[in-house]
Amino acid sequence: MKEYRTITQIAGPLVFVEKTEPVGYGELVNIVLYDGSIKRGQVLDTSDELVVVQVFETTAGIGRDSGIRFTGETIKMPVGRDMLGRILSGGGKPIDGGPEIVPEKRLDITGAAINPYARGSPNDFIQTGISTIDGTNTLVRGQKLPIFSGAGLPHNQIALQIARQAKVPGSKEAFAVVFAAMGITKEEANYFMQDFERTGALERAVVFLNLADDPAVERIITPRLALTTAEYLAFDLGMHVLVILTDMTNYCEALRQIGAAREEVPGRRGYPGYMYTDLAGIYERAGIVKGKKGSITQFPILTMPGDDITHPIPDLTGYITEGQIVVSRELHRKGIYPPINVLPSLSRLMNLGIGKGHTREDHKKVSDQLYAAYAEGNDLRGLVAIVGKDALSERDRMFLEFADLFENRFVRQGYTEDRTIEETLDLGWNLLSTLPVEQLVRIDRDLINKYHPKFRQTAKAEG
Amino acid sequence: MKAQDTKTTKTGVLKRIAGPVVTAVGIEAHMYDVVKVGKEELMGEVIKIQGENIIIQVYEDTSGIRPGEPVINTGLSLAVELGPGLLTSIYDGIQRPLSVLVDKMGDFIQRGVSAPGLDHSKKWEFGPLVKEGQEVGPGTVIGEVQETNIVHRILVPPNVRGGTVKSIRSGSFTVDEVICTLDDGTSLTMMQKWPVRVPRPVLEKMNPTVPLITGQRILDGLFPIAKGGTAAIPGPFGSGKTVTQQQLAKWSDAEIVVYIGCGERGNEMTEVLTEFPELEDPKTGKPLMERTVLIANTSNMPVAAREASVYTGITIAEYFRDMGYDVSLMADSTSRWAEAMREISSRLEEMPGEEGYPAYLAARLSEFYERAGRVRTLGGKMGSVSVIGAVSPPGGDFSEPVTQNTLRIVKVFWALDAKLSQRRHFPAINWLNSYSLYLDSLQEWYDREVSPEWNSLRSWAMEILQKEAELQEIVQLVGSDALPEAEQITIEVARMIREIFLQQNAYDAVDTFCDMKKQYDMMKAIRQYSDLAYAAQNAGVTPQQILSVRSKNELPQIKFIKDYVPALAKIQADMEAEFNALRSAA
Ligand SMILES: Nc1ncnc2c1ncn2[C@@H]1O[C@H](COP(=O)(O)OP(=O)(O)OP(=O)(O)O)[C@@H](O)[C@H]1O
Ligand SMILES: [Mg+2]
Repeated sequence: MKEYRTITQIAGPLVFVEKTEPVGYGELVNIVLYDGSIKRGQVLDTSDELVVVQVFETTAGIGRDSGIRFTGETIKMPVGRDMLGRILSGGGKPIDGGPEIVPEKRLDITGAAINPYARGSPNDFIQTGISTIDGTNTLVRGQKLPIFSGAGLPHNQIALQIARQAKVPGSKEAFAVVFAAMGITKEEANYFMQDFERTGALERAVVFLNLADDPAVERIITPRLALTTAEYLAFDLGMHVLVILTDMTNYCEALRQIGAAREEVPGRRGYPGYMYTDLAGIYERAGIVKGKKGSITQFPILTMPGDDITHPIPDLTGYITEGQIVVSRELHRKGIYPPINVLPSLSRLMNLGIGKGHTREDHKKVSDQLYAAYAEGNDLRGLVAIVGKDALSERDRMFLEFADLFENRFVRQGYTEDRTIEETLDLGWNLLSTLPVEQLVRIDRDLINKYHPKFRQTAKAEG
Repeated sequence: MKAQDTKTTKTGVLKRIAGPVVTAVGIEAHMYDVVKVGKEELMGEVIKIQGENIIIQVYEDTSGIRPGEPVINTGLSLAVELGPGLLTSIYDGIQRPLSVLVDKMGDFIQRGVSAPGLDHSKKWEFGPLVKEGQEVGPGTVIGEVQETNIVHRILVPPNVRGGTVKSIRSGSFTVDEVICTLDDGTSLTMMQKWPVRVPRPVLEKMNPTVPLITGQRILDGLFPIAKGGTAAIPGPFGSGKTVTQQQLAKWSDAEIVVYIGCGERGNEMTEVLTEFPELEDPKTGKPLMERTVLIANTSNMPVAAREASVYTGITIAEYFRDMGYDVSLMADSTSRWAEAMREISSRLEEMPGEEGYPAYLAARLSEFYERAGRVRTLGGKMGSVSVIGAVSPPGGDFSEPVTQNTLRIVKVFWALDAKLSQRRHFPAINWLNSYSLYLDSLQEWYDREVSPEWNSLRSWAMEILQKEAELQEIVQLVGSDALPEAEQITIEVARMIREIFLQQNAYDAVDTFCDMKKQYDMMKAIRQYSDLAYAAQNAGVTPQQILSVRSKNELPQIKFIKDYVPALAKIQADMEAEFNALRSAA
């Protein structure tokens, strides 16, 4: 392979090379340093005169004396069965002291889009054991459902609880977990690793670690390596794969950094205008392919800068993913775990995975009614702060109490408490039964007669 | 997709590749010529000419392409194939059938594969409708094909001058076989090609006077769109743009539906693909898929093809309008289209306008929406294309350029509201901010087809809702018990309008579609409660008693009952009786 020594400029993570033979767009580049060590990069712009290379590591040590080798192919990742149980760097190199991965295949890390015509419909209910997810924001296999959190909130606990408890009731297959850390601290990473080890999940996990002190640009490829692995496990080996990506905020920061280095016209708050498309290239790599056994379910985690859900990172994510689980500082302050605020949370694929034949026929309506009642009670809290409880009508007072009850009984649960969907729905009915029946306008009469505790009991007594 | 027209063809070489935008030299080209890029002959389109540099947007991934590879100019412009076989198809942004792509390259989208929009080997049964010696001109229907349950009319293309029919055949033909010749030597097949960026000509644009009935109460009832009209649905993520668009695709009384998934989710298209064949058109009882054309260029498919998808869709819609059909087109989301323009524009290093969008954003948007309309076709038929565009404003803030430029053009504004969707009030359309500028022109239709009372009933409901908003401000300060008696009733009636009439569950088998008669009956029942309530209050009945009338609590159930008439009549009679009892006790 020919080596060039024609670097003309180095700016941020970008290296400019002149007088090359024709180089392909997106090609993998090896940069050879004076001490013989090699850094990797990718071609961002190629022409007769100039090639722009984005380096995936720090540019420390790269100089005009460095050698440039164009590999003639786009970035590929070696994948193989023996990746399970392994810990790799954010750049895909083993860091657990174990042997190199024995590649069964080498796959392009950008991944190709699943042809929408080839997609299978995601409709297997995943029970996470968490009521605010199973009951009101149901997850299905093949969904991409991010956790929107804030600094200092227990999103890692929630993600771990999900990874631990997630199952498809009635199915024996366990999830394989692909965990990609981007720019998180060593301590956070340890928290995950210890839990994986303790619960034995590590054996069926592939871990990619780009930590806070690892190069920021490497973060650009970490999720792509993770998803390439996940696709291999899911669509070649037929496994059901749960992918946890944390923290997508750090990924986006790295994207912004590169955009700035390229002197691009910045979009909202300095993030590149193509961030939507870029993120879609990650999040859309979830789903099911017709006729293939496996699936990819994604749990990206992001921390909303300033807890602001309209910030471009959560905003663009929400526009791509199939809903979001929002972690609330207010509930956390009240000491409620998991502090999931159901009001801004949403699972768009919920309807495909619930109801008769999936969970229970009353699921949708119970969920709608819980939402409506909680939303109404929650609104009244603002009013009470101004006018006092006494100025409320009797109806309003009931809704106000409902909101407290909902938070303390439905939302709140233990870190290891694994509720079945029946338990969750029955709990919902018990809470709804504190309201007068005629206030349950979202539920049709038949279901009320069948499931409402009041009628259930009379029906039992009569029968 | 093939291209159309012949100009000079020439080969040049690639000079620079930077993502979806590449530069070629040594080639003669005109703007919007379709070119083949690189050894793999990826499809692209000329979007800028700068000296000898020809700048091309490529519809496929350009990884691995090198300077020096060849570029061939086809000399044709980006065009779609129009003819039998469009219905039930699902295409990417440049009209490649996704089912064919699966056959050719598997479950994942690879590049360098071309696939024509129509199946050229399939034979269709063609029945002529004109005879030899008959005069035909652009837009004349020369025959028909029973494509699905929809009759596909075969037209003389707009760019054919016309003349007398020299020969015409009936029988089974492919779209390439000549079925008709004219005296001037023109031969016609069942297929036309049309450049997507050029609107298809019509004889004249007419005023819209008929609503597009959607079966969605808040739309038909409060903010209707006319057949041939334009509407925008802006809203933050998760507020219900896609569900509303899909509801329209399912239930609106258009004869043909073109649904464009422009830069959105793959799973949403799968949902349409699995659901539509199983749903029945409430009018014809036939599977909804049979009247539908889908265009799916999802967010992770190439951006340049996303930019083209909107034009591909509207051209197909116009073609069916030319047959005299009422077509409705949904574009989800026009913001992703605008972003594709922005991405391409920034790679061209054009001077950016507001928020980085190109300065021609407003022009492109209005050109697109202008292709909607109720028209008299070249063949003299009446047809329409209604366009409903979703808008996805960053942060849900409507002051951004795409929303603002869209609102300047469209006549109907359905404002989605995160506050409503968070409390699961669906459709989360804000009744105070939304509007329809078609109300006046549709008034007569509602008078005639629904009831002479309808228009006043509508105004009444809007007034109550408006009043409620004002009263809510007071309630926020003093609590609801402090309101005067009459206004406590107003609050209750408004709540009924919201919960009974406006809320509509797209996932309930019955409630998902509500015809105009049921809409009218429901509103009328609420009005009846309101009238009885105010009368009772005047007669001295207390608000507590009025609000606790039991029979009205049954009203929401009406939504979920298919044959609701007896149940509703009973509730209305019970309300009457309960109020009578209250009044006589007072
Ligand atoms: N009419 C409706 N009836 C019942 N549920 C609805 C209705 N409209 C929306 N929803 C609920 O809201 C969710 C989000 O709606 P939708 O996917 O249409 O949002 P969107 O505005 O298209 O979001 P995005 O911009 O992210 O695509 C749906 O998954 C569904 O649960
Ligand atoms: Mg949507």
